[in-house]
Amino acid sequence: MHTDPPKADAPRGSLLTDPKARAWTFQILSILVVIGVGWYLFHNTQQNLANRGITSGFAFLDNSAGFGILQSLIDYTERDSYGRVFVIGLLNTLLVSVLGIFFATVLGFLLGVARLSPNWLINKLATVYIETFRNIPPLLQIFFWYFAVLRAMPSPRQSYSFGDALFVNIRGVYLPAPEAAGGLVPFFVSLALVVVAWVVLARWARRRQEATGVRFPVIWANLALLLAVPLLVSLVFGKPFTWSLPELKGFNFVGGLAVIPELVAITFALSIYTAAFIAETVRSGILAVSHGQTEAARSLGLRPGLILRLVIIPQAMRVIIPPLTSQYLNLVKNSSLAAAIGYPDLVSLFAGTVLNQTGQAIETIAITMSVYLAISLSISLLMNWYNKRIALVER
Amino acid sequence: MSTHTFKPSLPPPVMSVGAMGWMRAHLFSNWFNSALTLLALYLVWITIPPIISWALINADWVGDNRDSCTSGGACWVFIKVRLSQFFYGFYPEELRWRVNLTVILAIVGAAPLFIKAMPRKLRYGAAYLLIYPVLAYWLLHGGILGMTLVETSKWGGLMLTLVIAVVGIAGAMPLGILLALGRRSDMPVVRVICVTFIEFWRGVPLITVLFMSSVMLPLFLPEEVNIDKLLRALIAVTLFEAAYVAEVVRGGMQAIPKGQYEAAGAMGLGYWRMMGLVILPQALKLVIPGIVNTFIALFKDTSLVIIIGLFDLFNSIHQATVDPAWLGFATEGYVFAALMFWIFCFSMSRYSMYLERKLDTGHKR
Repeated sequence: MHTDPPKADAPRGSLLTDPKARAWTFQILSILVVIGVGWYLFHNTQQNLANRGITSGFAFLDNSAGFGILQSLIDYTERDSYGRVFVIGLLNTLLVSVLGIFFATVLGFLLGVARLSPNWLINKLATVYIETFRNIPPLLQIFFWYFAVLRAMPSPRQSYSFGDALFVNIRGVYLPAPEAAGGLVPFFVSLALVVVAWVVLARWARRRQEATGVRFPVIWANLALLLAVPLLVSLVFGKPFTWSLPELKGFNFVGGLAVIPELVAITFALSIYTAAFIAETVRSGILAVSHGQTEAARSLGLRPGLILRLVIIPQAMRVIIPPLTSQYLNLVKNSSLAAAIGYPDLVSLFAGTVLNQTGQAIETIAITMSVYLAISLSISLLMNWYNKRIALVER
Repeated sequence: MSTHTFKPSLPPPVMSVGAMGWMRAHLFSNWFNSALTLLALYLVWITIPPIISWALINADWVGDNRDSCTSGGACWVFIKVRLSQFFYGFYPEELRWRVNLTVILAIVGAAPLFIKAMPRKLRYGAAYLLIYPVLAYWLLHGGILGMTLVETSKWGGLMLTLVIAVVGIAGAMPLGILLALGRRSDMPVVRVICVTFIEFWRGVPLITVLFMSSVMLPLFLPEEVNIDKLLRALIAVTLFEAAYVAEVVRGGMQAIPKGQYEAAGAMGLGYWRMMGLVILPQALKLVIPGIVNTFIALFKDTSLVIIIGLFDLFNSIHQATVDPAWLGFATEGYVFAALMFWIFCFSMSRYSMYLERKLDTGHKR
């Protein structure tokens, strides 16, 4: 294994004890086994497919689907193809993942900090939250929110309303929706300008600090820019949006943004579940920064806020980010649990309905799995790259 | 001449000792913390009393049908009536002693392994691992040596959950260790095969693996082979979990200093002896907490078998909540299911933390 090869002229033992020969034999054998198993499975599959009269191939993707979908982010009619159904499923999966990642991150960071709070009550509450929710299977939480909470909501006429803008009933959650108005284009242009201004400002501030040592309040300046510029622009060019409020007409709500209960349930459950794990990640990351760092920063005369921003957080993030990404990946994979309550995600639409309608088991499952594999692998490649970039450069 | 006498020391200020002092230090140390405390107290006040009154004070405990649930609180009668089904599924009632016996044997058999002074622990453990599965299969499944056959389709409830979790981890351990060895191997072909296998299973959600096992496994095997639904799920869970175990074990192997490999090589040990006698015993000891955590994840994942229609603990409870005779008690059902899973997972995670502290001895330089 770790030994140097013997010199060429040295007398050799038999081939049986020669490590090189053994390695070769073993590797050739394992290739043969893999090929053999693969061929066996392929052969059986071919025979089974022939017996059942299923033609394999991806031609079915062009056929018309012929079923309705509960929620789609792009236009869809029943005459559209299975290929389009796949895209809808993928978009719905991504929608749940993005929503879940956003809420889980916010909640998780808050809880992680709360877990370290010197305030006894806050600390204990965060501990109870974390220990409760990370020990309950996510599927159970999804079912709880869906069947026990959202299915028990009143009918649209008796909806719970919050300030006459947000309504909750058995059909889902109704939110006010922004609708484009005259000032939309200038609004977005101004937002883009603000971003450019941020970059310029940050560079200028850093250069000035390096030259003179004077700090510039970048965060406040950025906030002011973000608030002031779009406000001014909308005063000049007119409102960018009007809000369309949901309104009860007859037996249901019209207007606004209707969110189906399946989406609400799965977003709630996944955010709550993953937040518990993210909180632990954040906590261990912050604890990983040794106390000496805080003391050293304090002895340099930094204020507590600055210590946190300039010393603790950058070092903690280095520890937090790798496990945080794996939590994000878990969330994306857990979003497939949506299939159990009928949210039209990739698994439920494509590996469920399309598979049942077409019988193309191998193709649909292979496509579904490759999508998840592609997401996982690309995120972990990105992660490895990032890790290398921020890793401590040691002598 | 008068001598100087010290005055007795004053007691510390009331506000800095005792309950008041503790509260000032831990709850109201500055205005921000005080505000947080008040907010948290308000949150506790609006959530905890209603939950307690629902779950305990106003709850119904006695009776045997839904008419007994009149008080408006939780209807625990529902859980009480269905409890045996949640534990055993459709396992024939007169044969349930066999399930109980299997569990008792598992506990009694494993107990000596946790006694510190037990001699020949390794040999006993190996014998236990060899004999117990056969015994458990004979007791649970039967069909040979005078035991009545109980089809796996009748298995269910907590018993099925435990079967899936235990078989899953027991099958995944050896496979995972082999995969970890393969991934650390010097032979490129073996390494590539193992890496591909591990990354494939780790990259896909368990739900798609279960789908695959239920629709694709029958296609992969010759027509005359008909695999039982439970066995399909077990194969899927084992392969899936093996990839995770492999990564945990690999982490342990990477933590072993290179000197250990070199020392073993210098002693003239071959590959398998080096791994079996030197590296793996140390590496596995390091990763026991990690393996327990993997097991917790697996235990939670068993609830996914609902997708392929197996009646594990969670699915039996879910089915009971949609039973027309007990409609409207979904919350009670899910709370009970959550409590069961929570008890198992929480105690395992505490055990894993205990192990971490106990085993944290070597390789600190």
